[in-house]
Amino acid sequence: MRQGIKIGLIGGIIEVLLALVGMVEAFSQRYIISDVISMGQTLLLVVAMFTGYLAAKRTNRSEPLWVLANSLISGLIIGGLLSLLVILGSMVRLRAVFINASPDLFKLLTFNQGIGTGILLLLIFGTLSSSLSGLLFLSPSLLRGVLIRSLAGVAMAGLLQDLLRAIFAPWGPIAEINQWFFPINGLTVQGAVSLFILIAAISYFWRKSGSKMKTSLRRLPPTNQRVLRITSSFLLAVILLALPQILGLFLSEVLTIVGLFVLLGLGLNIVVGFAGLLDLGYVAFFAIGAYTVAVLTSPELGFLNLSFWGALPFAIVAGVVSGILLGIPVLKMRGDYLAIATLGFGEIIRILVLSDFLRPWLGGAQGIAKIPRPSIGSVEFATPQQIYYLILAGCLLAGFISWRLRDSRLGRAWMAVREDEDVAQAMGINLVAAKLLAFATGAGFSALSGAIFASKLGSVYPHSFSVMISINILCLIIVGGMGSIPGVIVGAIALVGLPELLREFAEYRLLVYGAALVAMMILRPEGLWPEAKRRQELHREEAPEIESASGAASGK
Amino acid sequence: MAILTARKATKRFGGLVALDELDLEVREHAIHSVIGPNGAGKTTFFNCVTGFYRPEAGEILLDGHSLVGLLPDQIVRLGISRTYQNIRLFPNLTAKENVLVGLHSHLRAGFVGIVLGWPATRQEEKEASEEAQNLLRFVNLSAKDDFLAKNLPYGDQRRLEIARALANRPKLLLLDEPTAGMNPRETQEMMDFIRHLRDELGITILLIEHQMKVVMGISETVTVLDYGEKIAEGTPAEIQNNPQVIEAYLGRRSEVQARSASG
Repeated sequence: MRQGIKIGLIGGIIEVLLALVGMVEAFSQRYIISDVISMGQTLLLVVAMFTGYLAAKRTNRSEPLWVLANSLISGLIIGGLLSLLVILGSMVRLRAVFINASPDLFKLLTFNQGIGTGILLLLIFGTLSSSLSGLLFLSPSLLRGVLIRSLAGVAMAGLLQDLLRAIFAPWGPIAEINQWFFPINGLTVQGAVSLFILIAAISYFWRKSGSKMKTSLRRLPPTNQRVLRITSSFLLAVILLALPQILGLFLSEVLTIVGLFVLLGLGLNIVVGFAGLLDLGYVAFFAIGAYTVAVLTSPELGFLNLSFWGALPFAIVAGVVSGILLGIPVLKMRGDYLAIATLGFGEIIRILVLSDFLRPWLGGAQGIAKIPRPSIGSVEFATPQQIYYLILAGCLLAGFISWRLRDSRLGRAWMAVREDEDVAQAMGINLVAAKLLAFATGAGFSALSGAIFASKLGSVYPHSFSVMISINILCLIIVGGMGSIPGVIVGAIALVGLPELLREFAEYRLLVYGAALVAMMILRPEGLWPEAKRRQELHREEAPEIESASGAASGK
Repeated sequence: MAILTARKATKRFGGLVALDELDLEVREHAIHSVIGPNGAGKTTFFNCVTGFYRPEAGEILLDGHSLVGLLPDQIVRLGISRTYQNIRLFPNLTAKENVLVGLHSHLRAGFVGIVLGWPATRQEEKEASEEAQNLLRFVNLSAKDDFLAKNLPYGDQRRLEIARALANRPKLLLLDEPTAGMNPRETQEMMDFIRHLRDELGITILLIEHQMKVVMGISETVTVLDYGEKIAEGTPAEIQNNPQVIEAYLGRRSEVQARSASG
């Protein structure tokens, strides 16, 4: 009971805060299911259901009734707290403090039914949603998994409707799907139901026979496996190449931003994820890459007027050299001290670029414009759809280098430094060389990303290189999974791509970042897509078997 | 012939003299123990030999070459490797990766070779992988090569640390309390294992040990330190009957008697 009350209070406070910061109202413009449930309501629903689930999970006693009672209580408290907000809002002018506590919000919270009925509905909403998730907790794991997946799938489809609509639009008869699923704003009811059933069927099938399929795949003869691998990577290549054509202009723009962040993330992943050197000034190398290209190519300054390709090597070399130069003074620093020193470095670069002193060379606050677009022969990389291929090539290169390095002598040396610097040195690793190489490689990737960024925008401004970029990159690595290469991609899509798609998020970006980070640390500290090795920890229960077996063997 | 020689090695921490003009010689192929009460300077001596600390005065020589002033990574390349009193594995790397890190200084692969996947690099990596697997087999851990080091049980971690130290291909292996926290059976196994290391691989072994049974059971020479000074040296039998050693460990006879009388 106590657990239910406690968790319910936490959930309720979160709901009230979400309402007061304006997220609920801002999100209610977009419907998940047309005219049935808006994104704002979904937000409240998800928090309530999660609270109920947590309350059920944390119950000390295993009797189903107690579990259910706990989740029910937590839901009642959520409903109660929201009602309190509504009552308070009707009596006091909350808007003086919370500018988002508008009449519209209260209308929304009371389901447009006036205070009396609204409060009743709120209480019902809270108890119903949380006790539903209590039931979910009690149901057998197969059913639970399938239901959670389908619900999440429907919510995701509603959330990403713009993306899906754009994907299906150009395909003639297939475009009819759009009419069926999401004609204007949100999923249709029949669309939502059929999607739910579809996902449920797929995940049921996967749960039932997924592992069987995996083992039978593994049992295939090596030649067949190879054919399979080649086909799948071929398919992936085709998808990657066709992606901007499928997605159209706006989404390709989003894609290029994600791609630039993937490139940055891959670089920082080497520094932070592999070598464990917490670098908060990473944006500096991005700026150095961008400004090198700008200075060398822009006719506005008229120094060299090189082409993009002529300037690119200089940009990368400048990045690598500045990576080493930053590395030298911070070689002896560890942990927090390193973070602060690198943070300073990032700011120094930004302020230098902004300074009047360097204005004749770097353009000061006005930046540098008229940076030519890259071109091969007569083909110019002008639109996002074309720039995409340049970024894709950069990401593939950086990903390949990271992947090769990870399982090599150098990658192991970095990880050893990350784990225990002193012992790494006692194992024959030259700390100076290992750290500088990590800084240099990371900075090189970052400079490459900056170079493409400059020529994509056609101009560079100091304010594009604020410390927030460094923080963003660090966040996406943490959310994706430290040291994991696919994790960088997943993290970039989740933290850079999604907010671009959901414009409502823009205002709450930092709030969502913070919440996502806290949630990640509690629920999934290893990241969304952790390294295979780290995933092993999740299956620790399997360990004792092997242990006892080999223990018997070593007993001689 | 002495493989390791310390001459008047001195290390101070502020006013505390941790090593006081220590003279010590370790013969090649010996199993040599260093014992002494807590704070006698045993681990400080290990840290001076492996380059973690730099002695203020005196010299430490390996095969006649001075080690003073070299960095730990340079010393390990000369053929000295060590384990730690409180196990210091790389916790988030697998057992095999831990051993592969130990092989670091014997591999040549550079950045370009790795990225381009040159045949020589691949060949080297394959050989390193085999050598690591052999070392894991040697310490009875080949079945757990993909376990994260931190998930291994205590005894396995001790043995993995030794395997990692062996991957450095040392001439001289420094073991800092290898049997700490082990039960009698594990201790006996560790003793056999240490002897095996010396006999099979021809590695000279210098160890710090607290368990007298181990010290007396496997060492050929025992050096006793107290307050950073060498107070005795000899075969285990000689040490056991040395009055100074007994005094260092138990206090002076008169004191003991006085204490027991008053107590």
